[in-house]
Amino acid sequence: MKEKRVVLTFPPNLIEQPIVYNLVKKYDLMVNILRAHITPKEQGRLVVELNGKKSDVDAGMAYLGGLGIEIQSLAQDIKWHEKKCIHCTFCVPTCPTGALQVDKESMQVTFVKDKCIACELCVKVCPYNVVEIQF
Amino acid sequence: MTKTIHEINERIKKGKAVVVTAEEVIELADKKGFKKAAQEVDVVTTGTFGPMCSSGAYLNFGHSKPRIKVGGGTAFLNNVPAYSGFAAVDIYIGATALPDQDPRNSVFPGAFRYGGGHVIEDLVSGKDVKLVGSTYGTDCYPRTELETWINIKDLNEAVLFNPRNCYQNYNVAVNLSDRVIYTYMGMLQPRLGNANYCSAGQLSPLLNDPYYKTIGIGTRIFLGGGIGYVVWNGTQHNPGVQRTSGGVPRSPAGTLAVMGDLKQMSPAWLKGASFTGYGVTLTVAIGIPIPILNEEIFKYTLVKDEEIVSQVVDYSQSYPQVQPGSLGEVNYKELKSGSITVNGKRVPTGSISSYAKAREIAQVLKQWIEKGTFLLSEPVAGLPSADSGVSFKLLNERPLSRAHH
Repeated sequence: MKEKRVVLTFPPNLIEQPIVYNLVKKYDLMVNILRAHITPKEQGRLVVELNGKKSDVDAGMAYLGGLGIEIQSLAQDIKWHEKKCIHCTFCVPTCPTGALQVDKESMQVTFVKDKCIACELCVKVCPYNVVEIQF
Repeated sequence: MTKTIHEINERIKKGKAVVVTAEEVIELADKKGFKKAAQEVDVVTTGTFGPMCSSGAYLNFGHSKPRIKVGGGTAFLNNVPAYSGFAAVDIYIGATALPDQDPRNSVFPGAFRYGGGHVIEDLVSGKDVKLVGSTYGTDCYPRTELETWINIKDLNEAVLFNPRNCYQNYNVAVNLSDRVIYTYMGMLQPRLGNANYCSAGQLSPLLNDPYYKTIGIGTRIFLGGGIGYVVWNGTQHNPGVQRTSGGVPRSPAGTLAVMGDLKQMSPAWLKGASFTGYGVTLTVAIGIPIPILNEEIFKYTLVKDEEIVSQVVDYSQSYPQVQPGSLGEVNYKELKSGSITVNGKRVPTGSISSYAKAREIAQVLKQWIEKGTFLLSEPVAGLPSADSGVSFKLLNERPLSRAHH
């Protein structure tokens, strides 16, 4: 089994196509939509988690690529500027997935990129602009 | 056992002073026993690093040629208005000031990206800051417009002068309403979604000297990474609130007015902060040394997180409408555990004040004292304490229709 979190950017001409349906039906993938922003006649963005057999995930990705969809790994678009963080823990209760954690001994905040679903709640909460999400 | 500040300073100068942080002292007293530890320890260092809105800096930027009297005119630093109601080239930049063009909360919640707190951080970072002054001309100050870059290194004086810092304890903020609210205690999720607190607890300066027996006017402190002084009690100083048997105020109490040379300070310890839907402020680092003059003073420094309690306050209704009532009392050990229970519900907690940084401040101050680069000062006057009768009053509003001209 393979899990992949990706940001899909697709051009206006693909907006009418049932891409997620195809990923499920043709490639046997579990698709968990984390975020979606689709405007008719403009470009669309989907943040999805794909789960399935490695070969299916690879084939699904190839299908997306073949359609002209730009694929980026989710982690790439999220930056946690550690140097700016003052470790106040303000963001911790707001993070729905536990990507922002506090070590009870050191009382320092850490960011676990793999757990981040780019919901951006912390972006509004952090007074020091520590988290940057670039899409 | 009694010591004087003079004796402690002599030990500091000889490199013999025993200095521990407000956290370390708890362990030390546990290990060695109260009496022995009290005898041994000379200084306990404390620390806190949190947003403190009543902060700002005054600057003297020097006279231009020809002269301009910005006093009585207007002044902006990176488009943020500074107060100019002083002499010709003295201005004061407050932490919460916003550019006139900032949309504020017109598109709610506002982002408040840049304001006075950020100007101070930029100045301390050594960045050039744009000064724009505009005023009327006089015979002695003929110029009416000024536009120039300034840099902290060229200013005659740059002094951090904060009328209220270092709150002795603070509320725990929650939201009982059905919508998200944006407050100075952060974004609060509806129906008790989260709880935010703001104190360094057992490391916090005024919680280690709850009756201000050593901290007074003239106390030398760590301020923003440099050296500063306590210059007065802070505004809204409210020492008469209910206290625990250990002297800990159960709600916000004492405050300090502090000042120090901004030129010596560091951007690591003075940071502009943006609170969504609320505004901008300055996050300030303060560390205060407590001289162990006797056993009573020592006993206060042993205060632990579990002995410091605070009130849970609803910021959707109770706080804005000034309705009395607490949803319960919790202690800082519970708050730091990551969740508290309010009205029977488990509520996750977050802190606005950094405990990790408070710990670092107490360590830095300890090192300064151990190295002999920081000596303790004798306060020249005390702060009003619990028995002073000083209290924090609400505004007595008098409708203008009935007021005199």
